[in-house]
Amino acid sequence: MKGTQKHVIIAGGGVAGMEAAGALAEMGYRVTLVEKGQDPGGHLLQWHALFPDSRPAEEVKSYLRKRIGNHNITVITGTAVEKIKHHPGGTVTVNLSGSKEEKADAVIVATGFDLFDARRKEEYGYGIYDNVITAPELETMFNGGRVTKADGSVPSRIGMIHCVGSRDEKVNNNHCSKVCCVTAVKQAIELRKMMPACEVFCFYMDMRMYGPYYEELYRESQEVHNVNFIRGKVSEASVNINNRLVIKVEDTLAGRPLKMELDIMVLMVGMEMAEAGTKLAVASGFRLGINRFLEAGDHHYGNNLSGVSGVFYAGTCTAPMNITDTISHARAAVAETVRYLDGR
Amino acid sequence: MNVKQANKFGFSINRSRLIDYDTSDRKVREYVTLREPSFKLCFACGGCTATCTAGQHTSFNLRRLNTYIRRGEIEPLREEVTRCMLCGKCLLVCPRGVNTRNVVAMAAEAIRKLERNEL
Amino acid sequence: MKPEGKKRIWAEYQKEIPDDHFFYVRSCIRQTFFAGSEQYFLKILREDLGKDVFEDPRHTTCTGIGYHGDVVPFETIQTVVARHFALATEAGYRHIAISCVTSFGIYSEILETWKHFPETLERTREDLYKATGRTFEVPETISHTSDIIYKFRDEIARKAKYNLINVATGKPLKVVEHIGCHYSKMFPKYGIGGAEFPHVLVGMIESWGGDVIDYPERRHCCGFGFRQYLVQANRGYSLFASRKKFESMEPYSPDMIIANCPGCTMFMDRWQYTINEIDGITYGKDGQGIPVLTYEEVAGLVLGYDPWELGLQYHNVQSLPLLEKMGIRADPSRRFLAKDGTRLPEPANLING
Repeated sequence: MKGTQKHVIIAGGGVAGMEAAGALAEMGYRVTLVEKGQDPGGHLLQWHALFPDSRPAEEVKSYLRKRIGNHNITVITGTAVEKIKHHPGGTVTVNLSGSKEEKADAVIVATGFDLFDARRKEEYGYGIYDNVITAPELETMFNGGRVTKADGSVPSRIGMIHCVGSRDEKVNNNHCSKVCCVTAVKQAIELRKMMPACEVFCFYMDMRMYGPYYEELYRESQEVHNVNFIRGKVSEASVNINNRLVIKVEDTLAGRPLKMELDIMVLMVGMEMAEAGTKLAVASGFRLGINRFLEAGDHHYGNNLSGVSGVFYAGTCTAPMNITDTISHARAAVAETVRYLDGR
Repeated sequence: MNVKQANKFGFSINRSRLIDYDTSDRKVREYVTLREPSFKLCFACGGCTATCTAGQHTSFNLRRLNTYIRRGEIEPLREEVTRCMLCGKCLLVCPRGVNTRNVVAMAAEAIRKLERNEL
Repeated sequence: MKPEGKKRIWAEYQKEIPDDHFFYVRSCIRQTFFAGSEQYFLKILREDLGKDVFEDPRHTTCTGIGYHGDVVPFETIQTVVARHFALATEAGYRHIAISCVTSFGIYSEILETWKHFPETLERTREDLYKATGRTFEVPETISHTSDIIYKFRDEIARKAKYNLINVATGKPLKVVEHIGCHYSKMFPKYGIGGAEFPHVLVGMIESWGGDVIDYPERRHCCGFGFRQYLVQANRGYSLFASRKKFESMEPYSPDMIIANCPGCTMFMDRWQYTINEIDGITYGKDGQGIPVLTYEEVAGLVLGYDPWELGLQYHNVQSLPLLEKMGIRADPSRRFLAKDGTRLPEPANLING
C-alpha cells in the first residue's frame, strides 16, 4: 500500500484538522494532529445546534471524534505549532511549543479562526452593560436550555446585531465573515420557538444568505416565526434607568433614525485570522492576504497551496467558511497532500 | 403659545424625526398581518415601487409604506394609503409573493377604523 | 453595569499630561460667559497646587469659530495656531494648556495633519515667518485644561472643604457629565477614556464624592454645532439636541451637569431657560432647573471658594439648591454686588431664582 510510512503533521485540531487527519489516516498515512486547546473540536465544541437545519451540533462533533479514532492518528493537545520549515530533500520540520521539534513528510495548516473580541466595538458596551452577549454565549445558553437576562428574568425583546467586527474598517476588518447572517436567523428562530412571547429583531446591513437552504431559512423566519428585520447598522447602545438596553440605528428603508429598547442584545461576532496562526505564519514566512488570513497560492484552483513545498492549508485559516465548506476544503487539502507525497 | 414664543426668539424647537419603537402604535401592523399574512414576507426589494404607476408621478412608495406599517408610524401612513390606485401591477412583480394590493387595502381599512376608534 | 469593563477602556485611553510648566491659552467665549472659570483654573493651579502656568497677552483667538463657520481657511488657522506655538517657544514652554474644547480640537487636528502630511508643517512655518518673522517648535504635549484638573483631582480631593455629597442625606450627588464633541470624538486617543466612555469628568466626580449618571443620551451632542447656532433660524436644531439630552437624563433626577466644553456649558445652561419660555418645562426635580457648571467651578466649590467669586451667578440656571445640598453657605443677596459694593442690575428670568 502506497505511503504507509509517510508522516503528516496537522497544525490545529478543529473541524478542518480533524477531517483532514481522518481522511489521511484512512488512506494509511501516519498523522500527528496537534491541538493547542485541551480537546480537539475547535469552536464547534461550544455550539448547540447548526444551521440551516437546526441539527444538534453533537452529531457533527461525534462524527469528527470518530474520524480521529483511527489508530494511524496520534493526537497531541495543549501544544501549539510555532514554526514550519521545508528542507531540501523533502523533510518538513515543525517546532512545537515546549521547544520540541518533529519531522514530517508534509504539513497541513488548519489553525482556524479567532472570534472577534466584541469589546473592541466600544460603542456596544460588551463587558460593560449586563445584557450584551455574543452569539456563542447565546449558544451556551441554548446548551443550558434557558435564555434569561443577567438578573435571571425572562426577556421580552431581543436584538441580533449583525456584522460585529466584520465589514468594518474601524476595527480593521473589511471582510465579510459569511456565516453570521445565517447564524443570526437560526438563533432568532430558536429564540422565537423557545419564547413565543419574546419579539426578536435582526439588525443587518445586507442579508448574505449564500448557502443552500439559507434563503429558505430566512423566509421561514419571517413567514412562520415572525422574526423582524431592520436594515441598518446599530451605531451605539446604552442603558436606561430600568437597566434596559437602548439602541440607535437607522431604519434605512424608512430613511429615519430609530430608537428601540431591548432586553438582550446578541452580537454576531465575526471571524478573524487566529492569533496563533498569525504567529505561525510570520515565523514560517507564509503570506497573509489583505484580510490577514493565510493567502493561498491561487484563489481559483490552488486554494490549499501555501507556496511552500510540502505545506498545505485547510479550513478557516484561509478565509471565513461554514462547516460544510471547511470539511470540503480539508478534503481538498488532503488530495493536494497525497498528490504531493505520491509525486516525490 | 408656541408660535408667539417662536417670534420672540426667531426660532422654535425642531421636531424629532426619530422612529421611537417603544412609543409607536403597531395596531395597524397587527390588523394587516392577521388579514394578509403574506405581508410578513416583504424583504424590501422595491420591485413594487419601481413598477408602480402612482409612484411615477407622486411620492407614493409601497416599499416604504410596508416599513411604516411594520414600525407603527401611523402619521405618514394616513396620506400614503390614499395614493395607491389598486391596479395590482406590483402583485405581478413581487418576488416573495406578497399580496401587495391587499396590504394597501387592509392598511387603509385599519386607518379608517383607527380614526373611528374601532381598532 | 460592570465597572471593570469601563476601567479596561479607561486604561486603554490614557495620555501624557505634564506635571508642571504650562503655556495657557484662553477661550473666547469662556472669558465672557463664565469668566470665573479661567480665573480659578489659574488660581487653583498656581496657589493650591503650586504649579507654573504662563500666559502671554499677545495670545489671540484660535479662529476656531470662523474655521467651523467656513470663513477661515485651514491654512490661516494653522498659521494662527503656529503663532501661539511661537509665543510658547519664545517663552520657553513645551506644554500647552488649552481652555477651550474647540481650540483643543483645532490643535489636535493641526498636529495630526502635520504628522501625516509633513509638507503642511513646512508650509505653515514659511507662512508664519513671512507674516510675522516668528519661528516655532511643535509643542511636546497639548492638554485640555480638564485633563490637567483630572490629573490633579485626587490632590484637590485631599484639600477638599466640601464634597459632592448631599449633606442632608449623606448620599452622593447625582451628576451628569458632558464632554464636548471635539474633545475626543475626532481623535479618541487624545481624550482621557476615549470617545465612548470618556473618563475625564467621571474621574473628577468620583474623586470628589459624586455618583455619575450613565443615561441613554450621554454621548449625544449638546447641539451647539457652530452653524446651527450662528444662524438664528437654525437654532431650533441646537435647542432640539439639548432637549433630547434633558429628556433622557430627567428620570435620574440629576443634581447638576458638569461639562468640559464652553459651548456645551453655555447651551445646556441657556437652553433650559429658552425651553422653559417656549414649553414651560423644567427638567430638574420639583420644577427646578439643573445647574450646569464647568469643572473649574466644581473644583472651586470643592476647595471652598466663594460661589459668587467663582461666578456661578452668571449662569441662567442658578446653583442655590445645589449649594444647599453641598452644605455651602452663600448669601444670595451678594450675587450681584460689584467689587466696590455697588449693586449691579439683576438679570430677569433666572431659573432657580
